[in-house]
Amino acid sequence: MFDDLRDLYQEVIFDHNRNPRNFRVMDNADRKVEGFNPLCGDRLTLYLKMEGETIVDASFQGSGCAISTASVSLMTEIVKGKTDQEAQDLFKIFHEMTTGKDEQINLEAVGKLAVLAGVREYPARVKCATLAWHTLDAALKNEQNAVSTE
Amino acid sequence: MTNFPVEKIRADFPILAEKIRNKPLIYLDNAATCQKPKVVIDSIVHLYSHDYANVHRGVHTLSVRSTDKFEGARTKVKEFINASNEKEIIFVKGATEAINLIAQTYGKANIKAGDEILITAMEHHSNIVPWQMLCEQTGAVLKVAPINLQGELIFAEFEKLLSDKTRLVAVVHMSNALGTINPVKKIIASAHSKNIPVLLDGAQAIPHMKIDVQDLDCDFYVFSGHKLYAPAGVGILYGKRALLEAMPPYQGGGDMIRKVTFAETEYNALPYKFEAGTPSIADVVGLGAAIDYLNEIGMDALAAYEAELLAYATEQAKHIKGLRIIGEAAEKGAILSFVLDKIHPHDIGTMLDSLGIAIRAGHHCAMPVMVFYQVPATARASFAMYNTKQEIDSLMEGIRSLIEVFG
Ligand SMILES: Cc1ncc(COP(=O)(O)O)c(C=O)c1O
Repeated sequence: MFDDLRDLYQEVIFDHNRNPRNFRVMDNADRKVEGFNPLCGDRLTLYLKMEGETIVDASFQGSGCAISTASVSLMTEIVKGKTDQEAQDLFKIFHEMTTGKDEQINLEAVGKLAVLAGVREYPARVKCATLAWHTLDAALKNEQNAVSTE
Repeated sequence: MTNFPVEKIRADFPILAEKIRNKPLIYLDNAATCQKPKVVIDSIVHLYSHDYANVHRGVHTLSVRSTDKFEGARTKVKEFINASNEKEIIFVKGATEAINLIAQTYGKANIKAGDEILITAMEHHSNIVPWQMLCEQTGAVLKVAPINLQGELIFAEFEKLLSDKTRLVAVVHMSNALGTINPVKKIIASAHSKNIPVLLDGAQAIPHMKIDVQDLDCDFYVFSGHKLYAPAGVGILYGKRALLEAMPPYQGGGDMIRKVTFAETEYNALPYKFEAGTPSIADVVGLGAAIDYLNEIGMDALAAYEAELLAYATEQAKHIKGLRIIGEAAEKGAILSFVLDKIHPHDIGTMLDSLGIAIRAGHHCAMPVMVFYQVPATARASFAMYNTKQEIDSLMEGIRSLIEVFG
């Protein structure tokens, strides 16, 4: 029935929505930032544990749609072990992938995140996918204020 | 079902023939804005093709024709809501502008530090924020009457909050987030017994029921044309004449003056005092056409048909496991707000859209209502007179399938 949506709602997304990874409060977090999408009411709290420039642990709490939950869940998996700079570079590539209309997706660079490429066809849903990353960006810049996608 | 001529009505709305993602459009976002019948669209084309010029100025033929149509629409609105005089019908941009106008004119003139403005917990942001702004400017206090879990105003609490400091009651007639129809006559009687004027936000009520402002005895009634099958860009502020006469003007400019010198300005009479600048002429004419169209159908017949649609949709929705209806007031208009267990309203919206079904997912500009029900957002199907039982069946089938997909 939902054939048209197969690019947007891939099985991986349902999987992460049902069983989000790293879905926990982190008591000894070095960074804690809240992200909010006023359009749909999505809220998440992102926790990071840093060792020098390296993200050694990432987790989150909050509620959101399947796209935003899968996005933050995948993100916490992929940034673990990455340096601040590597994570920011990934954000840039992710942003291009989800908003760039015609560009080729660099599948190698985005890895698993490629399952979220489908949102580019759904402008109303792009923010669902990018909220996690904007929140990460704020956390890496050590901004304490809540992030809003508006 | 009654023999309401829904198929004939559907044929009057060109957009209903539209295909969305290769499927017939099922438009269930009428509370946000509703679609326009051909007569309304044609009225605009006709005006611009044959009669258009600025209104109230100039003696040339087109200006006269344009003014006649414009003022003719005012008379139609007056009759549609049974106001006693055209002077009580002010054209504004929409319900939002009307409420802001009242806050900044009536409010500033009559509400002082320590005074209270009473609203309810189910208001649209447009009936919250203008009052907060006024409170900030004047030092007045905003009071909020609570609702119960069905989404009904707790009337006893409302009455308790009516104090000798209350200067204005501003209440939504029908809630856009819950569908609740408030007991406005009781509210008005109660407020009037303490000489407190009442503003009704009729943005949602107006397309669903016969409104008689004299029978209601409300002091202000506001609504937007775009929710009444008319173009966006025009709305109505109805006010009792004595109140409007006493209010200072809102914006300054052309049309709202009688005489201007650099020393002083004499304001124009009602309704023009509140209509500074060139209005949205074609939209006003379109509103007149929409009212003619609705009068032909009959608001009572329309209301009866929509009540059947809502009852049917509610009944069907209750059979879906994991679906929770938000807003179950005994008195309700044609709005079905709901949430699904473990499925975010935004996902519901996207999935239904892929089936050609347009619903709203979000907070519906009523964030306090979302907080009250502890949901981030709801999905909302809102019905109009052109919707059918078959469309509701498709909606329910869509909901069932997406629940399955999410598993
Ligand atoms: C209850 C209610 N009040 C006020 C408004 C504001 O109407 P508008 O945006 O047309 O000014 C709306 C529109 O959504 C509404 O539903």
